[in-house]
Amino acid sequence: MHEMSLAEGVLQLIEDAARQQEFAKVTTVWLEIGQLAGVEVEAMKFCFDVVTRDSIADGARLEIVATPGSGWCMQCSETVPLAEVFGACPQCGRHQVQVTGGTEMRVKELEVA
Amino acid sequence: MCTTCGCGPDEVKVDGDHHDHHGEHVHADGTRHSHGHAHAYAPAHSHAPGTSPKRMVQIEQDILSKNNAYAAKNRERLAERGIFTLNLVSSPGSGKTTLLCKTIELLKGKHAVAVIEGDQQTDQDAARIRATGAPAIQINTGKGCHLDAHMVGHAMEKLDLPEDSLLMVENVGNLVCPAAFDLGEAHKVVILSVTEGEDKPIKYPDMFRAADLMLLNKCDLLPYLSFKVDTAIEFARRVNPGIEVIQVSATSGQGMDQWLAWLEQGATAARAGRVETVDTLKRRVAELERQLAAR
Repeated sequence: MHEMSLAEGVLQLIEDAARQQEFAKVTTVWLEIGQLAGVEVEAMKFCFDVVTRDSIADGARLEIVATPGSGWCMQCSETVPLAEVFGACPQCGRHQVQVTGGTEMRVKELEVA
Repeated sequence: MCTTCGCGPDEVKVDGDHHDHHGEHVHADGTRHSHGHAHAYAPAHSHAPGTSPKRMVQIEQDILSKNNAYAAKNRERLAERGIFTLNLVSSPGSGKTTLLCKTIELLKGKHAVAVIEGDQQTDQDAARIRATGAPAIQINTGKGCHLDAHMVGHAMEKLDLPEDSLLMVENVGNLVCPAAFDLGEAHKVVILSVTEGEDKPIKYPDMFRAADLMLLNKCDLLPYLSFKVDTAIEFARRVNPGIEVIQVSATSGQGMDQWLAWLEQGATAARAGRVETVDTLKRRVAELERQLAAR
């Protein structure tokens, strides 16, 4: 359940931005969460609601943009799609795949008032 | 100290002290905007009807960026002093503390070791470490499921870490959450005991992917168990092809020499890094002095 800490991290970034860019209310938050980031989207939404209560982002809509997982297969020497961190290469079936994409967790943008 | 602190939950304690941040940072309790910047509350609903005051703000920042910044600071402070730091992670009951106590005993007279202990409650583990003679700081995370770089930075301030020493951070027993949080360590070391399932690496792949070394602990019990060592190692390499593995037993001492050799190698590299930095600085000072004398 480190989604709670992540939600706190999101709120901190929002509050920093609010100080710098002078807005008082956030209505929508877009997060980019990779498929392989180990983040449970439903848990993230729940934690976000809890953490933002009575904050500048109270009641804000949370939009999660999922980015696909990918990895570098050492056997095939190319980038392949990956659904799990330890997933097999869809081409050769081997597990010697190093994750290269889909682990990001970013706050992309905000809609503010 | 913490001037830009966006610290975690209030129940975090570092060695019994409540973690208080000068009342300066932002809490979600409504008192937040008392520190005066100029914007008025007005515009949101008072302007011409029909025109939306809404606008978009680009952030493009990693959610963990705050933690990572603290971790980078910790790493820099540790590198300056040549301190080799490990972040020990495992499920509860893998024998981390026992292994640590044994390691400290074996390193006595060779390396100074300090320990940061993370648990939700109690300072039992720190007390066990202190009984070996090594300094230890307990962090109680309260409801938190992992240590973060900010807590560890404060604990480092409390520990008087000598140059070229070892710092062991024993994370909260949890195979999920600590994987995502860099503390400023040189390596994460995951401990898997043979009384657990050999499929833990594929059940909790994030942690085994984040670690550089897996210690297979309690190996003295292997004759009494159906645990398959080869399968466990194969699973670990499946999620992390580069992971090193050492089989140990804190109780029988098996494999401890190999583990100590691994530590020695890391400590030597950390020391060499510090000496190089110092030498570089000395050369720079000498160069500047020469330039000054030539004027």
